[in-house]
Amino acid sequence: MSVIEVVWMVAKILIVFAVLLLAMAYLTLVERRFVAWFQWRVGPNRVGPLGLIQPIADGVKLLFKQELIPAKADKFVYFLAPAITLIAAFAIISVIPITEHFYIADVNVAILLVLAISSLGTYGIILAGWSSGSKYPLVSGLRACAQMISYELALGFAVIGVVLMAGTFSLHEIVLGQERIWYFIPQILGFVVFLIAGVAETNRAPFDMPECENELVAGYHTEYSAMKFAMFYLGEYVAIINVGMLATVLFLGGWHGPAIFGAGLVGLANLFWFLLKTCAVIFFFIWLRATLPRFRYDQLMRFGWMVLLPLALLNIIITAGIKAFIQ
Amino acid sequence: MKPSFLQKFNLLAVVQGLYITIVQFLANRFAGRVVTISYPEKKLKMKERFRGLHRLERYESGEHKGLEKCVGCALCASACPADVITVVAGENDPADPHSPGERYAVVYDMDILRCIFCGMCTEACPTQAIVMKHDYELADDERGGPQGGVNKFIYHKEDLLGREFYW
Repeated sequence: MSVIEVVWMVAKILIVFAVLLLAMAYLTLVERRFVAWFQWRVGPNRVGPLGLIQPIADGVKLLFKQELIPAKADKFVYFLAPAITLIAAFAIISVIPITEHFYIADVNVAILLVLAISSLGTYGIILAGWSSGSKYPLVSGLRACAQMISYELALGFAVIGVVLMAGTFSLHEIVLGQERIWYFIPQILGFVVFLIAGVAETNRAPFDMPECENELVAGYHTEYSAMKFAMFYLGEYVAIINVGMLATVLFLGGWHGPAIFGAGLVGLANLFWFLLKTCAVIFFFIWLRATLPRFRYDQLMRFGWMVLLPLALLNIIITAGIKAFIQ
Repeated sequence: MKPSFLQKFNLLAVVQGLYITIVQFLANRFAGRVVTISYPEKKLKMKERFRGLHRLERYESGEHKGLEKCVGCALCASACPADVITVVAGENDPADPHSPGERYAVVYDMDILRCIFCGMCTEACPTQAIVMKHDYELADDERGGPQGGVNKFIYHKEDLLGREFYW
């Protein structure tokens, strides 16, 4: 590796990191505004034009808040949990191919890495619930644990359909394989299962059992304050962006799309299409949140095991059958 | 009725729900459907019978034009359940009367911090001198006063008489 390559790599990491930080900060604002619009409200529009300074104001507020640590908290784990959540959320971006030539790493087992890291992120929630020394976070941690196990299975199986189609674990090559047809058309079942399991994976409505306000106060981050609370919050939003990007890469053809800026600026067009698709998935998530009420816990588990998992398995069988007998 | 196999998935219901919300979203975005009133810029028009801050009325026409309606009977003070109103009555000077009756209110104070805005005073008033108008922006962050003094929330007679109202 030459020096220039190293510098370019570091620069890429910094760029992606900075953009992701900014994106997640503004996703909080975007979500609040959009949910408000869904409900015929206005949303935060006071801080700066269109409320654009709101995330910064929120960040400053959270930075200067008093940090309260429960007396019965398990200090080490209590401090570790938000870090795990945030780091795991950020680590996933490292293998996602944003355009054909702009990505941090092209790992040959990228999908496995993504699934593994997103499972690690769950540890943040479970440990936070456990270490807070309080009853609501504990129940929330338990719920997160059960929910993640059931939905990660469906998520993994939904992804396997794509892996079968593409014949590779590398996300970069999966996107290259979608040159002719985006995988969500042949994999429509897998796509639906992936989206639903993705919502559950990111703990968002209607699957936000671990932080369901009317039963568990705020769930696993009830006892967290100031910046540690913000880390959970931001980790959650990065997770949303991650699922959006993953859905784009796996099912929606990644960077593929018409070269709208002309033949000379294919890279820019690629970036545009990638971002547009990611935003569309994120919008769908916000739309879901504005629409559906929360599942009951037993409904959630039954839905995961009795509906999603069989659907994902069916998808695998169909895909594998077509692969084996037709081609 | 037992739900059918398809209904158990609730897929149709979910799609219907998504359709409804996106219609609301588009109505908000493109037809300007908003229920929020951007308060300091736009203010809600109060209903006619809204009970806001009180006002002491004057006769606007007729033979007593310009005189205060209040005759200092203190019925409002006795009707008040929260003991808001203090009335001290005095004899009218026949040459320059304050009110058409024999007496008028020399002191008419309202401790508005105690007021529960029940409207009993307006019901008790025989001359309809005290009425409740639509002014509801009564909060403040210090004890200063419309008069600037210590007792901001004590409204004297001149405050209640000469008060400008938004609506």
